Amino acid sequence: MILDHNSSRAGSGRSQPANDLSRRNFLQVGAATGGGLLLSLRLPVLGGEAQAADGSDFSPNAFVRVDRDGQIVLTMPYVEMGQGTYTAIPMLIAEELEVDLKQIRLEHAPPNEKLYANPMLGVQATGNSNAMRGGWQPMRQAGATARIMLVAAAAKRWNVDPASCRAQNGEVLHPPTGRRVKYAELAADAAGIPVPDKVVLKRPEDFRLIGTPAKRLDAPAKVNGTAVYGIDARPAGAKIATLAQSPVFGGRVKSVDDKAARAVKGVRQIVRLDDAVAVVADHMGAAKKGLAALVIEWDEGPHAKLGTADIAAELEQATLKTGAVAQNIGDVDKAMAGAATKIEATYEVPFLAHATMEPMNCTAHVHKDGCEIWLGSQAMARIQAAAAKTAGLPLDRVVVHNHLIGGGFGRRLEADGVIRAVEIAKQVEGPVKVVWTREEDIQHDIYRPYWFDRFAAGLDEKGMPIAWNHRFAGSSVIARWLPPGFKNGLDPDSTEGAIDLVYALPNFHVEFVRVEPPGIPTAFWRSVGPSHNVFVVESFIDELAAAARQDPVAYRSALLDHNPRAKAVLALAAEKGGWAKKLPKGSGRGASLQFVFGSYEAHVVEVEVSKDGDVRVRRVVCAVDCGTVVNPDTVQAQIQSGIMFGATAALYGKITLENGRVQQSNFDTYQVLRINEAPAIEVHIVKSSEPPGGMGETGTSAIVPAIANAIFAATGKRLRKMPVAGSQLKSG
Amino acid sequence: MATTINVNGVDRTVDVDGDTPLLWVLRDLLGMTGTKFGCGAALCGACTVHIDGVATRSCIIAIDSVGTSAVTTIEAIGATAAGARIQKAWLDREVVQCGYCQSGQIMSASALLAKNPHPTDADINDAMSGNICRCGTYVRIREAIKDAAQSNRQGALQ
Repeated sequence: MILDHNSSRAGSGRSQPANDLSRRNFLQVGAATGGGLLLSLRLPVLGGEAQAADGSDFSPNAFVRVDRDGQIVLTMPYVEMGQGTYTAIPMLIAEELEVDLKQIRLEHAPPNEKLYANPMLGVQATGNSNAMRGGWQPMRQAGATARIMLVAAAAKRWNVDPASCRAQNGEVLHPPTGRRVKYAELAADAAGIPVPDKVVLKRPEDFRLIGTPAKRLDAPAKVNGTAVYGIDARPAGAKIATLAQSPVFGGRVKSVDDKAARAVKGVRQIVRLDDAVAVVADHMGAAKKGLAALVIEWDEGPHAKLGTADIAAELEQATLKTGAVAQNIGDVDKAMAGAATKIEATYEVPFLAHATMEPMNCTAHVHKDGCEIWLGSQAMARIQAAAAKTAGLPLDRVVVHNHLIGGGFGRRLEADGVIRAVEIAKQVEGPVKVVWTREEDIQHDIYRPYWFDRFAAGLDEKGMPIAWNHRFAGSSVIARWLPPGFKNGLDPDSTEGAIDLVYALPNFHVEFVRVEPPGIPTAFWRSVGPSHNVFVVESFIDELAAAARQDPVAYRSALLDHNPRAKAVLALAAEKGGWAKKLPKGSGRGASLQFVFGSYEAHVVEVEVSKDGDVRVRRVVCAVDCGTVVNPDTVQAQIQSGIMFGATAALYGKITLENGRVQQSNFDTYQVLRINEAPAIEVHIVKSSEPPGGMGETGTSAIVPAIANAIFAATGKRLRKMPVAGSQLKSG
Repeated sequence: MATTINVNGVDRTVDVDGDTPLLWVLRDLLGMTGTKFGCGAALCGACTVHIDGVATRSCIIAIDSVGTSAVTTIEAIGATAAGARIQKAWLDREVVQCGYCQSGQIMSASALLAKNPHPTDADINDAMSGNICRCGTYVRIREAIKDAAQSNRQGALQ
């Protein structure tokens, strides 16, 4: 029986069984190669379908090793891309194992879809803000199990009662006699100790690490230039390549004149693919110069005339038809018929590029015995499978070396880069590092989907919503990326934030119409579904408050009596954000509230709109209830980060197409918020002992409607099409 | 054509076209990968190095224009007083996330601090607005520069 004090509700103070998991279903213990103690964990899979009731098909996906030199080594399925998971997940183990955080070393997990499956996605991937949600219970249980076995090994050696011993700072102590022994000396013995039947986890009040700010374990290497990202991989003899892919999606190479390119000093080879040309050189300078010297004629294919307006029009039309019902409560038609006021609105959000600071890159070496890959990926096993398929090799002949990730945001869940690199490497002798120019990176991204939304609401005579009808059209990333996740015309990402709203809405109907834009691939992008849904829902609720001539915060709050956590974060953000205080003319304050990725978050934002219509986001006050906070510094950092990412999208973010070509190309045309434009940010964290929620993406979705609502407060103009840039806000 | 440049106090000779950007000489030929590629057009600051102490985007500086100037990169900035203070402040303030842009941020901030020991917010904006961070660490970058300036002041008093 596993006991877990922390799963009990706040304030109850009693321990209770964590759940019906029995230890053997998710944890095995044995001797490690080299004589240490090895714990193999099975993190729970989304929906629990992969848990055999009797534990007979135990297949671990994370490992904790206590080595004979005292080092604790964690191999886990999650990768570090700036979100702090390499610090927060080890904290869970260190807490229960009673070791210093510094004693834990992380190893990148090798690619193995089965072995390192993300517990909530079912495949090996880091995304969806779920590392902490998936790891919270099992990682602590593993730490506690190891500690109990180490204590038992010491007690056996001293021939004393284990209850008279305690673990502290990587040692077992026997206070009555003052004896102590390091874990390192006990690791081998502990492997032979029977696995405990009962593991009691610490009470929250006894936490020593959880809830206290911990220094990032990866920071020192990132301030002195020694951190190695995928783009820094330098296998011996590697050449550097850069490429031009068809400027129109789906186009083909018709002809290449490479005479001038070959004459460039340092250029070694021109590789022609069906839909791309690469220049292989001694260094990127020569490769780029060679690429510029190529004369390529393209067969532009069926999408040569495609423009964003065509895609938007198709989506708009789609919202006039019925879609898959994502959620229905009550009877919207009936309620609408009896409404005192009816409000309608349509919204649009654009395609967005990821523009990770580390441009796309992948190093590949295809040789007679197999294929070797160097890169930074959020989805290692997917990379391995794509490389194997492209190289025509069995999986076990493909070795993938994962590296630090210079920004993921969903871009590095994709395998298009490795496919390109292997296609090129097949024609090159020795390893080749393929590096996308920034222009190529932005123009051949896999974009956040374009969505079109149609809303109608009915208000009663007091102005409160009695009917809510929302239909939206766009692509489904899940349907392409994880096909089993797309069922009956729906997927959980597309609808997150549009359904299961925090508000009490008695008659509620939401439909999704899947429409894939021709030729344009779409992908996960920091907060994906919620990046769209929270914007439209929180803008529309603001419209209802305005129609009802009510204060937007008070209006929301009146719909939250059944939801105390949501109500509390909204009240906290309003209080700390000075909601009631007046602002000068031309300035405005906007609010937003959401429950996505398992966390509650409210923003109050102040903007200033100049007479010329330029928008300046001055201040963001954020209140968050993400359950138990593991590393408060990471929570604050992720909110600051998510806000900048979302504010960038709200103010500037837009990928458009004309004649089949993406019109943006570098940071001049795809603008990113800079330090001189960055708002002041305050983060207020609600104390809670609920299980942890995700924090990597929440700031991104919450900030966008708060900015739009603040602009409305400042100007009276409602922004229903993102981004803000290009909107007609001029007043002078 | 063989060109000799001085990087972190050491003369290095490479044989490349004279218009080859310094960035690729550092990264691909000298193996100094701490300096990062971000945009290739001086728009993001990830490739920032010091040339005679001036923060410079190495992605657009041709190797033959470096001459006898001293090139300093992230690998050696910790040996300068301003660089060491900035790196410490970066760690104390937990600035980094993905970390990819931070070499460039630290080089820009170090150049600022070396020239202007007590920068105002406006000075920080001027010096740092050429450096993009997609993780949005700007709030902490500003705090860290102020911390480093403060430690500078305290150092001067001692």
